[in-house]
Amino acid sequence: MEEGNLKKDKLIIAKKKFDSRLIVGTGKYKSMSECAKAIKLSGAEIVTVAVRRVNISNKTKPLLMDYIDPKKITYLPNTAGCFNSKDALRTLRLARDIGGWKLVKLEVLGDKTNLFPDMIETLITTEVLAKEGFRVMVYCNDDPLMAKRLENSGADAIMPLAAPIGSGLGILNKVNIQIIRNQTKLPLIIDAGLGQASDATIAMELGCDGVLVNTAIAKAKKPFEMALAFKNAVIAGRQSYNSGRIGKTLMGNPSSPIKGII
Amino acid sequence: MKKIKIKVNGKVKTVLNNSKLSDLINKLNLPLKKVAIELNREIIDKKTTSNIKLKKDDKIEIVHFIGGG
Repeated sequence: MEEGNLKKDKLIIAKKKFDSRLIVGTGKYKSMSECAKAIKLSGAEIVTVAVRRVNISNKTKPLLMDYIDPKKITYLPNTAGCFNSKDALRTLRLARDIGGWKLVKLEVLGDKTNLFPDMIETLITTEVLAKEGFRVMVYCNDDPLMAKRLENSGADAIMPLAAPIGSGLGILNKVNIQIIRNQTKLPLIIDAGLGQASDATIAMELGCDGVLVNTAIAKAKKPFEMALAFKNAVIAGRQSYNSGRIGKTLMGNPSSPIKGII
Repeated sequence: MKKIKIKVNGKVKTVLNNSKLSDLINKLNLPLKKVAIELNREIIDKKTTSNIKLKKDDKIEIVHFIGGG
């Protein structure tokens, strides 16, 4: 594929176009400046952010917006820490009010140990948010039936987990991810559970439209290098997917001609 | 002047009776463009804070974006 064609290969979410297929989280970094530098190196154009109380007793604390300019980088407010529909709706309505954010990441958790999504609450919330004009990217489990239901509920992107959030286990069920890929035209983004750059390449080679990574970069021994590694891994995986891989065979097939052997 | 107790982000605060929500925002030195405000569970239109009188036991939540995954 020529570079010119790769440039046209955009990630489109809720009619917005992005060059980068890597979405990164802004949590777990040692400092705001470390976070900002890692994001720059990753090339990400979308970052997830959390909605929390302002610290009213310590006003000198730096603000995320002072480090990451929401005019240049798309903020994707999340509902991390919400365990029911009511709290998730409250959080995202507040997020929208901060500055008109309509593109949001919904995650309604059901299990404090594994951080698995509560799909019943997630489905109900997706429907309400879509009706209120939100564009909803939805964290979900890797169940093709639930993914279909989300699509029917008005989701703008399906974001199945690779493995539990922050676990670093990589994609546990490649078959389900491929089934979801084949059944939906919506953007499919692997969210949560990746551990290293090659996990992102595999996600892209399975046909995903993007990956969302936080812990694997933020908690790497060298976050800046890992940010760059993920950037390259996503590009490599997408190029590989677009290139059309060879078939698999159980026999050897020589790369050099048989004819003319001395 | 009479004082009333309200809750801001879970913490009790004492303000003058007749205070407006905008007085509180100014006192806390908050950048309005970077926050959202809830008064007793209802989101407040940030343009109207100078019209809103604080009452005893009002519960105010002021949120912003922080790092998250």
